[in-house]
Amino acid sequence: MNTAMKNIKSIESFELFAPKLATREEYFVGGHRACQGCGEALAIRLMLKALGKDTVITNATGCMEVISSVYPTTAWNVPWIHVAFPNSASVGSGVEAGLTALRRKGKIADRRIKSVAIGGDGGTMDIGFQALSGAMERGHDMLYVCFDNEAYMNTGIQRSSGTPFLASTTTAPAGKVIPGNQVWKKNLAEIIVAHNVPYVATACQSYPIDFMNKVKKARKVKGPSYIHCFVTCPTGWRSPSETCIKLGRLALETGIFPLYEVEDGKYRLTVEVPEKRRPVQDYLKGQGRFRHLTPDQIQVIQERVDIEWETLMIKVKNSRSREELRAPRAK
Amino acid sequence: MTEKKGPETWQEINPGCMVFRPGSASEYHTGSWRAKRPIWDNAKCIKCGVCYIFCPEGCITEDADGFFVANFDYCKGCGICAHECWPKAIAMVNEED
Amino acid sequence: MGKRIGMEVAIASAEAAALCRFDVAAVYPITPQSHVAEHLSDIVADGRVDASFITVESEHSALSSAMGASATGARVVTATSSQGLLFMGEVMPIASAMRLPIVMIIANRAVSGPINIWNDHSDIMPMRDTGWISFFADNGQEVVDMVIQAFKVGEDRRVMLPVNVNLDGFQLTHVVEPIVMPDQEEVDRFLPPYEPFATLHPDKVVTMGALGMPEFYAEAQKAKNVAIVNSIDVVREVWKEWEKGFGRKYEPIHAYRTEDADVALVTMGSMGETAEIAVDELRREGVKAGLLKIKLWRPFPFEDLKKAVKGIRVLAVTDRACSFGGPGGPVFSEIRSALYEGAKRPKIVNFLIGLGGRDVHVEDFVAMVRKAAKGKLSEPYEFYGVRG
Repeated sequence: MNTAMKNIKSIESFELFAPKLATREEYFVGGHRACQGCGEALAIRLMLKALGKDTVITNATGCMEVISSVYPTTAWNVPWIHVAFPNSASVGSGVEAGLTALRRKGKIADRRIKSVAIGGDGGTMDIGFQALSGAMERGHDMLYVCFDNEAYMNTGIQRSSGTPFLASTTTAPAGKVIPGNQVWKKNLAEIIVAHNVPYVATACQSYPIDFMNKVKKARKVKGPSYIHCFVTCPTGWRSPSETCIKLGRLALETGIFPLYEVEDGKYRLTVEVPEKRRPVQDYLKGQGRFRHLTPDQIQVIQERVDIEWETLMIKVKNSRSREELRAPRAK
Repeated sequence: MTEKKGPETWQEINPGCMVFRPGSASEYHTGSWRAKRPIWDNAKCIKCGVCYIFCPEGCITEDADGFFVANFDYCKGCGICAHECWPKAIAMVNEED
Repeated sequence: MGKRIGMEVAIASAEAAALCRFDVAAVYPITPQSHVAEHLSDIVADGRVDASFITVESEHSALSSAMGASATGARVVTATSSQGLLFMGEVMPIASAMRLPIVMIIANRAVSGPINIWNDHSDIMPMRDTGWISFFADNGQEVVDMVIQAFKVGEDRRVMLPVNVNLDGFQLTHVVEPIVMPDQEEVDRFLPPYEPFATLHPDKVVTMGALGMPEFYAEAQKAKNVAIVNSIDVVREVWKEWEKGFGRKYEPIHAYRTEDADVALVTMGSMGETAEIAVDELRREGVKAGLLKIKLWRPFPFEDLKKAVKGIRVLAVTDRACSFGGPGGPVFSEIRSALYEGAKRPKIVNFLIGLGGRDVHVEDFVAMVRKAAKGKLSEPYEFYGVRG
C-alpha cells in the first residue's frame, strides 16, 4: 500500500489534481539511459518544466550527464553544455557572464535567458565545492541545483560528503570493523546560506509541486540562488525502484530531510512535517545500504536527527530576513 | 533496441561532438529493459495525473478522454506510477515476451 | 598607424586584447602574469571595453568559465602561468575538443618542484598535446601582434580552436619595450566581430560536450587533429594579411643568417634576441653561425623546418624545459623526430638552458655554438651551465 493512501495528511498541501497544471512540455525526453525508478532523472524533468525553454543548462560529469548525452543523441530540449566534473558552477558562471555581456552589447536578443548549473552531490559538495562557492559569492545571476543521492553513484556508489551516517558505500562499506560512513552528512544548504545569496532551498522529487515552485522562485531571483534537491537512487540505496517517491516522503516525515527555504536570510518550512515525526527506522528499513544497522546505531541516528531538526526549528522560529533587520535602521 | 544510425567517418562527426538534434535520445527505446509493465484500469482511474508527474521517463501521457497511458517504447517498468496511484488503478504485470 | 611608445609588455598584451573588443575576461592572478590580469580588469572597470570581468577563484575556474562564455558566442580572453596552467590542465584538451576559440596569454614560468616564479617553458611544454595553437613571442611587439592574430586565427571557421600566446615571464612581461600599438580602426578592419559556429541559445538548441563512446571517440580525435594540422594554412594567411596591413612579417620559423650557416642555434621565445647578438659576434670572428627562431610551435611547422635546415651541418637546439627521463628537451626531440626521415639531415645537439629564470648571456650562446660545432656532446642532452 502506498504511503499516499495511508496518510493523506502527509501529502504536501497541493490540490490532488495539481500535477495536471504543470506544463506538458517535456524538455528531458524518454530514451535517456537512467536506471529504472531514478529519482534524479525525474527531478531534472520536473526542474525543466519549471524553468521553461529560455534556459541554458550546465551539467557536471555524473549520472545525468552520461545517461542523457550519448553522442550522437541527446535527451535535452534546452541548450546544454557539459565540460568536466568539478566545474559546473564555473562553466555556468561563464555562461551567465557571456549571455549578460552579449545581451548588454546588443549581440543577442534582449531577452532574459537563465543560466542554471546542475551537478550531483559529488560534483557539487566535493570536487565541485570550490567552483560553487566562487560562483555563489561572485553574485552571478545563476541558479545552482544540486541533485543529492548521497554518494558518487555514476562511478559505482562511492562515499561523498553527502553520504549519511553509517550508510554503506563502496569506499566506506559496512565492514566487520568499520560499519559504514563514520561522519554526519555535510549540510551544503547551510553553507550556501552563509554565502548570503538571496535564495536557498531544499527540495525533493517526491514533492514535485513544491520543487517546481522553488525552481520558479529561484529563476526570478536576479542573482545567485541554490536548491539542494534530495533524490532517490534505487541502485545505490539498494531499494526497490517503485519506492522512489515513498522514500523521499519518509525522509521528510522523519525529519531527516526537511523541505524549507531561506529567503534573504529568513528560514521557512515549505512542507509541513507531522507534529510527531515518524521514527527514522521507517525510512532506514527500506534501503539495503542501511541493512547492517543495529538498534543501538539506529538510536544514535534518531538522536542526531532530533537534534538537527531542533536546530532547524530554532532558525525557522528566530531568523529574520535582512530586509526586516534593515527596517528599524532606515529610520 | 533501435538500430544505431550514427556518423560513420571522422569527417561526419560534428565539430566538438555537438548534437544539433534536441530530444534525439528518443531514438533509443528503453522499453526493452522492462520486466513488468503498468496496466491502467480506467474504471478506477480518477484522472489526477499523479502517474504522469512521477514518471522519470516522462512517457505517460493523457489520452483524448483524460485517462493516462504509458508509451511502451520507453517505459522501464520501474513501478513508480503503480505504487503512487491513489485509487490503485495501475497494476504491474509481467512482460509477456 | 599607431604611435611607437614604451610600454610594459604585460600591460601591452592586455591592451592588445582590449583592441580586440573582448566580451568576457576570466582571469586568476599568478606571478608573473598578474599585471595582465590587473590591467584587463582596469580596462573593464574604466569602461574602455564593454565586457564582463570574472574574478574567478582559481585557474581551473578561469578556463572553465572562459569556456562557458565562449560557448554562448562571446569573445573571450584569459591568462595564466606555470602552476595555474597545470591546474587548468584538465580543461585544456576539452577547450580544443569543443572547438572554442579562446585566447590565452601565457606568461611562461617554471613549474614547481622546487617552487620558482621565474621564466622557463616547463609550463607550456606539458600542454603541447592538448590541441591548442601555440605562438611564441620574441619581444613586446610580437606579443601585441600575436594576441590580435590569435583571435583571428582561432575564430576562423576553418579552425575554431583555442590559441595560446606565449611570452616569457619577467623577461618580457615586466620589461618596458618600444611597441607600435595598432589603431582601433586598423584592428576593427583586421578582426571583424566573432561569428560563432554554434552557441548556447534557446533559439537554436544544441547539446555541447556529449559522451563519446568508443565507437566515436577515435573519429573525434582524428577530426580534432586534422583541424589543428590544417590550421597552419590559416596561420600563414593571417600572417600574410598582417604583413600587408601592419608592415610586420611573421613566419613559423624565422631564419637569421642561416644562408651559409654551419652551426645554427634554435630558440623559442625572448632568448632568441640574445642569440642573435651571439650569432653576429661569431660571424665577426668568421664563424658561420646562424639562428632559427620558432614562432609557431603548434601546429608544428614541419615543412618550414625542413626548408630552414637545408645545408646546415649542426643544429644546437636550446630548450627551456626537460622531459624528465625522456629524450631531452621537447623542442629538441620534436625537431629530431621531424627530420628523421630526411635523406640529408643535420646533426642535432641539445642544451637545456635558462631553467627557472637563470640568465643566459651572449657568451653562453657563443659557447654553445662552439661546443655544438663538434657535432656531438658528451651526453645526449646537456643541462647547460649547471654546477657539478
